[in-house]
Amino acid sequence: MIISLVFLSLLMALFGGWLFSHSINVRPWEVPGGALGERPAAVTAPRVGLAVFLAVATSLFALTISAYMMRMEMGADWRSLPTPGLLWFNTALLVLGSLALQRAWGAARHGRRGELGIGLIAGGACSIAFVLGQGLVWWQLEAAGHYLAANPANAFFYLLTALHGLHLLGGLVVWARTLFRFRGGATPERLCGSVELCALYWHYLLVVWGILFMLVLST
Amino acid sequence: MAERGHDSASYAAASDIEEMELVHPKTFIGKYIWSQDAKVIAIQYAITATAIGLVALVLSILIRLQLGFPNAFSLVDPSNYLQYVTMHGMIMVVYLLTALLLGGFGNYLIPLMCGARDMVFPYLNMLSYWFYLASVLILVASFFVPGGPSGGGWTLYPPQVISQGTPGVDGGILLMLVSLSVFIIGFTMGGLNYVVTVLQARTRGMTLMRLPLTVWGIFMATVMALLAFPALLVAVLMTICDLLLGTSFFMPEMQTLGEQSSHEGGSPLLFQHLFWFFGHPEVYIVALPAFGIVSDLLATHARKNIFGYRMMVWAIIIIGVLSFIVWAHHMFVSGMNPYFGFLFATTTLIIAVPTAIKVYNWVLTLWRGNIHLSVPMLFAIGFLFTFVNGGLSGLFLGNVTVDVPLSDTYFVVGHFHMVMAVAPILVIFGAIYHWYPKVTGRMLDDRLGKVHFWVTFLGTYVIYFPMHFMGFAGVPRRYYAYGETAFIPDSVVTMNSVITVAAIIVSLAQVLFLFNLAWSYFRGRESGPNPWQATTLEWQTEHTPPRHGNFGDELPVVHRWAYDYSVPGAERDFIPQTVPHEGEERR
Repeated sequence: MIISLVFLSLLMALFGGWLFSHSINVRPWEVPGGALGERPAAVTAPRVGLAVFLAVATSLFALTISAYMMRMEMGADWRSLPTPGLLWFNTALLVLGSLALQRAWGAARHGRRGELGIGLIAGGACSIAFVLGQGLVWWQLEAAGHYLAANPANAFFYLLTALHGLHLLGGLVVWARTLFRFRGGATPERLCGSVELCALYWHYLLVVWGILFMLVLST
Repeated sequence: MAERGHDSASYAAASDIEEMELVHPKTFIGKYIWSQDAKVIAIQYAITATAIGLVALVLSILIRLQLGFPNAFSLVDPSNYLQYVTMHGMIMVVYLLTALLLGGFGNYLIPLMCGARDMVFPYLNMLSYWFYLASVLILVASFFVPGGPSGGGWTLYPPQVISQGTPGVDGGILLMLVSLSVFIIGFTMGGLNYVVTVLQARTRGMTLMRLPLTVWGIFMATVMALLAFPALLVAVLMTICDLLLGTSFFMPEMQTLGEQSSHEGGSPLLFQHLFWFFGHPEVYIVALPAFGIVSDLLATHARKNIFGYRMMVWAIIIIGVLSFIVWAHHMFVSGMNPYFGFLFATTTLIIAVPTAIKVYNWVLTLWRGNIHLSVPMLFAIGFLFTFVNGGLSGLFLGNVTVDVPLSDTYFVVGHFHMVMAVAPILVIFGAIYHWYPKVTGRMLDDRLGKVHFWVTFLGTYVIYFPMHFMGFAGVPRRYYAYGETAFIPDSVVTMNSVITVAAIIVSLAQVLFLFNLAWSYFRGRESGPNPWQATTLEWQTEHTPPRHGNFGDELPVVHRWAYDYSVPGAERDFIPQTVPHEGEERR
């Protein structure tokens, strides 16, 4: 559980620090002075919403990784899984997807509609290819006799890739909605918020996949 | 550090708030069924939670009839008994308390108390309720599948929960696991809303340190739930894999009914770690909103500002953080390194410090206050007694050496029902009596309320207090019948009958409460906008009950904290948060 606790302590330290800065020397019962401030314009509700959701998702992945490490130590039956080469190819696809959406975000900010469309479609296509690729990896492992129930290492591999894949599919729903709005003629300015959320979420999922892949490679 | 003017903290720009687009449906279905109004969603949550809670209440009566009069009724057999205990526990903890406190009170109060028109993501909020309803229906469906609902305990411990012979293993257990997954997905949608609304949608002047403690309690509980529920989700998903797909995450090598199982090497302890990593914060997910609400009830009905507001906020935060590092105290008897036991016993006892600070502050709030013994106040004071009693027996169980002999006895049953069942439920009742006038525009009947309070408060003591002594006598929990057990004295048998009679009386008092809710809705005295003369924003709305959008054309501007009661020199004994200080311009 060390990994989960480290994540939680970091999160709580951030939260505590932020709260401290808002509460230190503040005496709410006294007559106030000073002018009304404004919240920084960059802190919008969708961004905060995404940040909170990413914290929840990180909690889920941290706990699964904790369980992975604990199960590895607890049972004597752990037999590591061979790493299919296709996983490297899939990883490259996810990196490309992330880059394409980053590009789309930049294009949306600068109002370049054509580039936005290409970035969006390329990002989504790479991600769909990644999900299909992961399915192919499952099929290859099954064919090689590495069944889900045969070993806890296999079971964890399937579980982790499934959880990651499901998060990506959730992202693709938002992506599809954005693409639909784009095709309906929405301007880049109006789409900027959604594209930004997609790009940030994809970067996050890329980092998570990187960590999961390293975990599988190293154990 | 230099003193900083309170108003220099950051505010939402008024223009940001005005941008919120509300959906105003015209049809009945749009307004009350597929509603995106947080207040309607709150009522939907409350009704669903109460309905499923009543099922759990009936189950508890069936359990008590069996324990109190083992040979008189033949309503339950040993398998049913385990199923009813399991379902009672799971429904009460997750589907009633969590849903009602966060989904019900959170949805109703957060936007109103923060001065927002609605939750930040109303559509997601609506989906959250429908996921919750689906999870409840899936759970209820488990009563009707062959083999009945789960009888593996609300803690879902493997290998018990997956082994042949456990009641409900044919389908009920799977339905419970699926239902929990759906609940968690739904809760995440709602939880995102509660957190982001508190952070982003507060009205002008509503700084963090001007928020009422109710909002603080619900906010912190939501943060905890968002971080803790994933542990349950992981554990549930892995259990489903073990159950359906034959993996061995938790299932060790076993022989069941003479046959070798296909599992090997799994660790039941791993499940316990994951489950309690969720399970202990869950106690505080239920307790923190109750702490917040009771602070506001005490201040309002004692006409006095809350004692040590900043301390109260920080105590909520510290309790929330500490509750993540005490989980293994539920596993003292599962076997662990003695040093771990020492560590977790220490962290457990440390939580008593911020909790005690809160209790002192509540008592000091009452000190020399102008105490009105209204029904909400009675429930709030009742909570103080019950919580202190339940909390103190927690100190016993937090110590490894005391916990080991008391584990799995009625002492534990008495402890957690006092601290986690009765205490929050008393607050929920107090809160309903307090806010019902805002929700409906009518007062609940006072006499019925007082009868409800005294029967519930005294009755629960008759039920749970003797259980501590039964625990000391070594009476084990989870037993269907004790038969001719040598070490169980006759007094315990008599006491069990007394407890059952008390439980039936307390349950009947709840019928009275439900009658009061229904009767007062049509016939209750009209309350006016602010019957308790309270300061917080929900009492300053243009309409009672508030319409969709909560406030009139303009959002309120907050000029002061939530606890300006009995301010010396003031005209009345309360000053609403919207009233400027003397010499300050109305903004």
